[in-house]
Amino acid sequence: MARIGVVVFPGSNCEYDAAAAVTRLGDQAEFIWHTRTDLEGIDGIILPGGFAHGDYLRPGALARFSPVMGAVERFAADGGPVLGICNGFQVLVEAGMLPGALQKNRGLTFLCQPTTVVVTSTNSVLTRAATIGQELVVPINHFSGSYTCDDDTHDALVRNGQIVLRYKENPNGSRDDIAGVANEAGNVVGLMPHPERAMSVLLGSADGMVLFEGFLGVKAAPFVLAH
Amino acid sequence: MSSPEPLHRALGLTDSELESIREVLGREPNSLELALYGVMWSEHCSYKSSRIHLRRLPTEAAHVLVGPGENAGVIDAGDGIAVAIRIESHNHPSAIEPYQGAATGVGGILRDVFTMGARPLAVMDPLFFGELNDARQRWLVEGVVSGISGYGNSVGVPTIGGELTFDDCYASNPLVNVLCCGALPTERLVLGVASGVGNLAVLLGSSTGRDGIGGVSVLASAGFDGADGAESLDDAKRPSVQVGDPYEEKRLIEACLALLDEKLVVGIQDLGGAGIVCATSETAARGGVGMDVDVTAIPLREAGMAPFEIMTSESQERMLAIITPENWDAVAQLCEKWEVRASIVGHVVEPTIDENGRKVAMLRVRHGFDGEVLAEVPASSLADEAPLYERPMARPASLDATVADDPSDDEPIGSPNDDLLDLLLDPAWVYRQYDSQLFLNTVVGPGRDAALLRLAGPGLPYSERGIALSTDSNPRWCALDPRAGTALTVAESVANLACVGATAKAVVNCLNFGNPEHPEVMWQLSESIDGMTEACVGLGLPVIGGNVSLYNESGGLDIDPTPVVGLLGVIDSLVAPPPGWAWHEGDDIVLVGTRHANSPYRFPLGGTRWATRRGRRGGHVPHFDAETLAAAIDFVVGEIAAICAGNPSDVTAVHDVGGGGLAVALAEIVAVSGLGADVVELESHAELFAEFPGRFVMGTNDVDAFMARADLAGVPVARLGVVGGRDLRIGSMVNVGVDDVTSRRRGALGESLAALG
Repeated sequence: MARIGVVVFPGSNCEYDAAAAVTRLGDQAEFIWHTRTDLEGIDGIILPGGFAHGDYLRPGALARFSPVMGAVERFAADGGPVLGICNGFQVLVEAGMLPGALQKNRGLTFLCQPTTVVVTSTNSVLTRAATIGQELVVPINHFSGSYTCDDDTHDALVRNGQIVLRYKENPNGSRDDIAGVANEAGNVVGLMPHPERAMSVLLGSADGMVLFEGFLGVKAAPFVLAH
Repeated sequence: MSSPEPLHRALGLTDSELESIREVLGREPNSLELALYGVMWSEHCSYKSSRIHLRRLPTEAAHVLVGPGENAGVIDAGDGIAVAIRIESHNHPSAIEPYQGAATGVGGILRDVFTMGARPLAVMDPLFFGELNDARQRWLVEGVVSGISGYGNSVGVPTIGGELTFDDCYASNPLVNVLCCGALPTERLVLGVASGVGNLAVLLGSSTGRDGIGGVSVLASAGFDGADGAESLDDAKRPSVQVGDPYEEKRLIEACLALLDEKLVVGIQDLGGAGIVCATSETAARGGVGMDVDVTAIPLREAGMAPFEIMTSESQERMLAIITPENWDAVAQLCEKWEVRASIVGHVVEPTIDENGRKVAMLRVRHGFDGEVLAEVPASSLADEAPLYERPMARPASLDATVADDPSDDEPIGSPNDDLLDLLLDPAWVYRQYDSQLFLNTVVGPGRDAALLRLAGPGLPYSERGIALSTDSNPRWCALDPRAGTALTVAESVANLACVGATAKAVVNCLNFGNPEHPEVMWQLSESIDGMTEACVGLGLPVIGGNVSLYNESGGLDIDPTPVVGLLGVIDSLVAPPPGWAWHEGDDIVLVGTRHANSPYRFPLGGTRWATRRGRRGGHVPHFDAETLAAAIDFVVGEIAAICAGNPSDVTAVHDVGGGGLAVALAEIVAVSGLGADVVELESHAELFAEFPGRFVMGTNDVDAFMARADLAGVPVARLGVVGGRDLRIGSMVNVGVDDVTSRRRGALGESLAALG
């Protein structure tokens, strides 16, 4: 059974939902308060959605300075799987652990709605159990979710297969319909949609299951770094 | 120059109220004491105009754990889980500063719910604006919606539904009502009571500033009397609007729930309207103990605040906890983790013995705990003993003529196709801006008949149950007949819950009315309360809480009476979603419930959306008939609850026939399913658009079996037609394409707003 640390910043609000997705698949979830710096015994890290430290400045801009982030960076550098969902994705780009940035949605309003995302790379801890071209219904829930990056970064993302999920119909103006990206090694992934909200037909979709199965390594062999 | 106004009048107190204060105190009040009475005896805090009427509402049932008068009503939902619910208005602040007004409305209602020990799990927002024909309405709509979105999403409570009404009576005085529902393990239920002499009153959360001073008296208990509507007074009143900080509130929620989990508090109370004076006097009065408050111990945002400002400020995101001195270190430590400020601002003390030997729980405001006493008044005189008014009532003289002018007799003009398209409005533009899914409970979210949630949340025992919520109003009916209109509104709400398989358990109400000093308004309020009583008694529902918002007027014109019903229901087993608005090719369409209204007209158009769009505001309101309604509702609840419990069923769709009537109900399912329908010829044009509750459009793939079950239950049912094709055809009257229905409905709101520049 994997032990998954769910990082909680003051202002996080999807920590219970992320933990529920982990335990749903039989693994163990443990809340990690943002001041903790020791990740001993943790097999994977999730940075959940919410408004870390209020996000009055810019989403994730303060959270990257929380003490836990140094430990998360070391954990990732050692090849540990790290997943940032929504605000967690924003924190990872602010921390420089993923390329690019997230700007306000094209329509300048918050958007909470189902989206269909297409799996465009399986070279990541999140998408390794899915298949290329697979369509998944997963909701979004954000104000600042429009992914952007410069041309060189974009070229590199495409070349390395780091764009793991694209929107079928772009809801927020993200460059190249990008919904989720991985680092070059594939062990750090961020996405704006909420796969933890798509774990049950009762709630509208269970398509997030295949993503968590990948992240938790339930169906796949232990992840081997691409480089 | 005119002579200066006496202080008590400037504080909103009448001459006779000043006399009452002198009697209570046996002396002349000082200016601080007058300020305390000014806010606590305001209409908003004291319900002085409505309380004698509210007593008529039924409030009891076996499952009611906490009824009206506490911070929130609470029911036992089963499986060791209690559900708390509360509704409030934030109308006047939102009229002046829509973003902050709406945002702080959300913040306030959340505190009412977690005060009871419940984690807030869902918010709903019934909103009322003027017709979308000027830029000010766009500013109000966008401001209010973004305020709810900005605060609710960030604080981490899903907004799962509401209502959206446009009518020019709200143009200068929009209504922003907020309902919150939370859940807790039944044994953790806490009440806002101070007890234990020697205990400490600890102020948690934000510092106290000059925002919102007199919010309840200046703002909420007076109308907007500028002749040109609200604008002339906006600037003067804006400083009375509070400013919200959802991040502070989020940490406050987590800290307070953790304090309760650790059993570190003996009582807890939110600070809302009337601030510290309200929280301290209410907790002391309930506990029958005295309370000494030190104004110098209260952390301030700015220097130079006078004691009356400190005591009455409505600065947001604050709570008052009563703790034992031994627990102070643990409380301080826990608050530090959540970065929540905690300060000892009061001491629970022995009640004073008066000259007759009776115990009196005194609220004393001091400068330092051992310092000068700045104010000393009986806590219950502030909290519970405001004078109650039996204000004069009069049925509006023009009402008979208005009722007689019934549009049900009108010859149809123009095209029913166009009329139908004109009535379609998808509120998705609003609810897409709200996080409606947090906590993984939302089975049916916004934009449907009712919201349906799993009864689950952090810290709750496992349960297979679900809860359902709906908010409803019909000011058009209530303007014509506030008694029947309110009763039918309750019926409509119960019918909405039936569509998600839930049995109604408890009502909360938000009574939005005009100026109570107008006898017509008091008559409307009294009639409305009688109508709610009739419906609740008839349908077996307790009223477990509510809010009265008066003085909703501008330029001397009162709003239409707008009682909003919030209804909480329970479903015993929720393992599969209800069928909702999605039927399938070839299904039969049936109408369940009485085909004709209990009214002078078979298909009444009085007070309908169709008539109102034509400027026809007169007519008769159908009678409320509990027995007929209950039969149809019970049948639908049984059908849908069976599906939610995981049983196979031939039922494929269900939708309550509500605002806009049968034609709109059919069109809404067409729009959501993307499938057309071929419906039989109806009796008349009026049948398309008539409104009266207790009717349901349903889809079935085994119509014979379905009709047999309805017959067995003694519920009228009629075959309406068949699902299929690319058009919605209703006899010879309506023939519109599915794509037209879908695009008109989807575009209606966003396009109207965009057109306002």
